[in-house]
Amino acid sequence: MFYREAGIFKTSYASDQALFRIPLDRLFVIGVVAAAYLVVPFVGDQYWLGSILLPSLILSIAALGLNILTGYCGQVSLGTGAFMAAGAFMAYKFASNITWLPIPVVIVLGGLCAAAIGVAFGLPSLRIKGFYLAVTTLAAQFFLLWLFQKIPWFVNYSIAGVPTAPPREIFGILVTGAEASPAARYLFVLTFAVVLALVAANLVRGRIGRTWMAIRDMDIAAELIGIKPLNTKLSAFAVSSFYCGVAGALWSFCYINTVEASAFDIFRSFMVLFMVIVGGLGSILGSFLGAFFIFLLPIGLNNAVTTFGLPIATETITYIEFMVFGALIVFFLIVEPHGLARLWQIVKEKLRLWPFPY
Amino acid sequence: MAEAETLNAPEVGGAVQRTFGEPVLTLENIGLGFGGVKAIDGVSFEVRRGEIMAIIGPNGAGKSSMLNCINGFYKPQVGTITFKGRTMPAMDPHFAASNGIARTFQNIALFRGMSTLDNLMTGRVLKMKRGFFWQALHWGPAQKEELENRAYVEHVIDFLEIQAIRRTPVGRLPYGLQKRVELGRALAMEPEILLLDEPMAGMNVEEKQDMSRFILEVNEEFGTTIVLIEHDMGVVMDISDHVVVLDYGRKIADGTPDEVRANQQVIDAYLGVSHD
Ligand SMILES: Nc1ncnc2c1ncn2[C@@H]1O[C@H](COP(=O)(O)OP(=O)(O)O)[C@@H](O)[C@H]1O
Ligand SMILES: [Mg+2]
Repeated sequence: MFYREAGIFKTSYASDQALFRIPLDRLFVIGVVAAAYLVVPFVGDQYWLGSILLPSLILSIAALGLNILTGYCGQVSLGTGAFMAAGAFMAYKFASNITWLPIPVVIVLGGLCAAAIGVAFGLPSLRIKGFYLAVTTLAAQFFLLWLFQKIPWFVNYSIAGVPTAPPREIFGILVTGAEASPAARYLFVLTFAVVLALVAANLVRGRIGRTWMAIRDMDIAAELIGIKPLNTKLSAFAVSSFYCGVAGALWSFCYINTVEASAFDIFRSFMVLFMVIVGGLGSILGSFLGAFFIFLLPIGLNNAVTTFGLPIATETITYIEFMVFGALIVFFLIVEPHGLARLWQIVKEKLRLWPFPY
Repeated sequence: MAEAETLNAPEVGGAVQRTFGEPVLTLENIGLGFGGVKAIDGVSFEVRRGEIMAIIGPNGAGKSSMLNCINGFYKPQVGTITFKGRTMPAMDPHFAASNGIARTFQNIALFRGMSTLDNLMTGRVLKMKRGFFWQALHWGPAQKEELENRAYVEHVIDFLEIQAIRRTPVGRLPYGLQKRVELGRALAMEPEILLLDEPMAGMNVEEKQDMSRFILEVNEEFGTTIVLIEHDMGVVMDISDHVVVLDYGRKIADGTPDEVRANQQVIDAYLGVSHD
């Protein structure tokens, strides 16, 4: 079977606008999603489902969110952690105070609250750009986390200050909290990831996505075409923060099972930023590749050391990790700003020419 | 009249005289300064519906600034602009865009990371109304709207003969093609008035001929009013119906190509040191 677009004649603009313009691409993605639903939950053990795939998928959602804002709309943000925290804490408020709310609704409401907060912190983006905007979002990061830690209302005045995620069911199966099975939690998170990825892909190939990219590439020309810079930037902040908020809520409800600000500190923000850079700015697929890569890299390094019995101290491994991260970031920023997604595309282009490269 | 006729018009005759309707755009006593520098100093002129108007003048004469005032990117400190029955001290960019003023830039201002197709589709944002919900689904009304606008954009792509670069990110295109894509993006807006800032600068002879042909065809087929800035006097005299000459921010002549060519002040200020 050849990977080609030649010979596939689009007979309508509709098929030319389709999500995957090469049938094999579509088959591939459908295959991956089908396997993720039908195979992985049965073959994956507790560790793979609960400690590898689950967090990687949640971070993919956060990376998607940041990629919409930074990769597509060109607005740098270091406040990802704070928007994740907003989603987690507000979802907790909804879940604990309106106990009959279905859990997907709770998660979405958490995301919507994060979106509102994101819009508020996105307001300065009309006036300031680049480095200065990054500093503003950094302020959001510290201010919001401080708020969530200092105001007991957010944790329902719990004495310990770290409430556990409430257990909730779908169709009688627990999907959140510590008691839920890893497979159930994994499927719950996977569904969010698939739906949100689809929505993001739809948004970026339509009018809204084009206004984001126009603002990113040349804001003056965009304005003279009739695009309103403020509305456009705020819509990117809203959608981005919604994704981050959903990711934060899922992180608390399905992965760490507690609602605590320390899970969403500045390191989380940087981690997601690295994912976006390594995965590929302005790429949906890249958000997933980057998230899995950055999350798995330290685990892989650790495993390699133990498997081969290398005499390396744990601290040294941590240093190696930092060095590898640093080198990767520099490599991708300078050599391949479109990240892993672009490398994947190059492989595909080679495939398209194979077996006659000339 | 056929454009070939106009293009090949002999030296003596210039463009065949055409008559035009009411003014679509009136600029009255426009004054614009940057700090101490006066970029435009009390300039008035009218643009008539359906005409091709050229603004000429030496570098720094204030030509680009004039276009920037027309589509609201610059706000003149003095004077008024009348458009669509409204007399305003300055144009609002959104009002200009949504009422059919489109433009290209002296230094290409394309969306470099986007494909040719996406650049042109972006020119259609004001024609697309479907909200967030349908966009997120990319289905139903949103898809229908997308396809309708795609059809229009394909029409522009065919017209400009840029089918082959539909999917190419415009940052990778050579200069001449970028200029053409930028014209395409402006045409995708279905403009009533098209402002072109040096559309042929840096082009070779064939590229200039192509561009002249596109400009004449747009004017003829769609009745689009065109205001262009151009340095190549041969092109200007060939394709324009109306020429305004600026020098040091002041208007020194305004009339048909023949009248302007005969104007002594113009000969002194501009044609005497012509680029040709
Ligand atoms: N944004 C700006 N800031 C400061 N000065 C400007 C600006 N735009 C134009 N000018 C000045 O206005 C004058 C006219 O410029 P411009 O309109 O670009 O001339 P032209 O297009 O005829 O070559 C020049 O002296 C230029 O330096
Ligand atoms: Mg100029």
